Amino acid sequence: MTEPAAASVAPAPTTTLLEIAGLDAFYGKARVLDDLSFTMERGSLAIVGRNGMGKTTLCNAIMGIAPPHATGSIRFEGKELVGGQSHKIARHGIGYVPQGRRLFPSLTVDEHLRIASRSAAGAQTGEEWTRERVYELFPRLAERKRNGGAQLSGGEQQMLAIGRALVTNPRLVVMDEPSEGLAPAIIENMIETFRELEREGLSLLLIEQNLGVATSLAERQLIMVAGSIATETTAATLAGDSELQRRYLGVEPLAH
Amino acid sequence: MSNDEKNGVGDRLEPVPHAGSAGSSAPTLRLRGVGRRFGGLLAVREVDLDVAQGERRAVLGPNGAGKTTLFNLICGDMPASSGTIELYGEDVTRSPARTRVKLGLARTYQQSRQFLGLTVEDSIYLSIVGVEGGRLRPVMLGRDAQMRDRARDAAGRVAIDHKLRERVGDLSHGEHRQVAIAMALAARPRMLMLDEPASGLSRGERVLLTELLLGLDPSITLILIEHDMDIALRVAHSVTMMHDGRVIVEGTPDEIRANQTVHDLYLGRT
Repeated sequence: MTEPAAASVAPAPTTTLLEIAGLDAFYGKARVLDDLSFTMERGSLAIVGRNGMGKTTLCNAIMGIAPPHATGSIRFEGKELVGGQSHKIARHGIGYVPQGRRLFPSLTVDEHLRIASRSAAGAQTGEEWTRERVYELFPRLAERKRNGGAQLSGGEQQMLAIGRALVTNPRLVVMDEPSEGLAPAIIENMIETFRELEREGLSLLLIEQNLGVATSLAERQLIMVAGSIATETTAATLAGDSELQRRYLGVEPLAH
Repeated sequence: MSNDEKNGVGDRLEPVPHAGSAGSSAPTLRLRGVGRRFGGLLAVREVDLDVAQGERRAVLGPNGAGKTTLFNLICGDMPASSGTIELYGEDVTRSPARTRVKLGLARTYQQSRQFLGLTVEDSIYLSIVGVEGGRLRPVMLGRDAQMRDRARDAAGRVAIDHKLRERVGDLSHGEHRQVAIAMALAARPRMLMLDEPASGLSRGERVLLTELLLGLDPSITLILIEHDMDIALRVAHSVTMMHDGRVIVEGTPDEIRANQTVHDLYLGRT
């Protein structure tokens, strides 16, 4: 037998973390992703853009969730994800915080975290995530441990969606507007925590409408327009350039 | 057609006499000892709240403070476990939501609650018909065209008018929220309640929303739950801060910014 595949060993750091090439996605006849390509090394990357540009579809395509019809290539640590099933993609070590939370109304907070931690990815970076650590991150969730998903406030649901992704101990977390619905102090707390996690080796792919959050968490900023990456910039440039913000994040029609 | 109404309310913090209301000092909205229990959890407790006509009131508070539950009690989506709610001088504590809508109340939700198979224009149009028309009558073509115009106008005000013919189900999450605000505005409410209207909106859409709220007809009462402090404190005349189901602080935006409890519980260091 030759050397076993790198199943249980963390892949060599030379492998590109995420490599997307020529990705197209359609809803019926509507093209939502149009020859989208970018690569991402370990660390953090934010994707910003106006509403309806295809950001959530990109997340869903990465996770293998309801991509109506996606073609092209998405490689995570060298493994092809397009055409894969979402539960298997999650086991490769990708956690997902979907927009709109998507919790089970009848399961309690604690049950959500227990179920998610059962499908843990395995290979860890830094300290392992446990339910207890999630409760430390969001003390409010600890107080609501026995409450069902339907009894949580919007912000509490968002905290649980983030916690649920973390207990799978992913190497990459795809987050679709994690700050949505969270109070300012909690957002501050969340930014601190994710910075810490990044230092421990977790990578973040962040979709954010809150520019403060996007530019605090990632140096590389990709701007998405009409289904593909229109341009790339840095956190400092995006935060300081109101013309750039107006052009790509404003509400005027985009010049084609 | 947004802010062309004459005789806007001068001093918005004072209750304004309203024809047909119980007394000249009756506020637009008056809550006394309002509470809501979910099993062992008191989500809202002993809330007293007075909102005057034309006031812009922000309701702030940490996640789980009871803000959305308070909205649900005011608009009649769920009954209060205790206390009384008066809208325009009328006791509506036991009235269904539709009665309160007829009195002029409109609201949005954090999560989209729309018919996914309808187009954007039809959705907004139906929200007008629902409040005013009562029935869909094809004979009233003139009035129908007018309501269509209003629907398109409302879509323009939230910058979703480029998607009038698209199915709501094909829109993004943020666009659902734009449609929801357009639906609430198009119904020409006397009281508008927005639950986190800016969340899910891009920077530019937030600027537009702020302008829209600042340019709202001064006679419309606005109650706003919003975590984006740039928007909330810019739009609001007065702020109610909730924590653990109770109102713990009330004040002007400046007083709220300077309040240590508000920083400790809600704003953090910023």
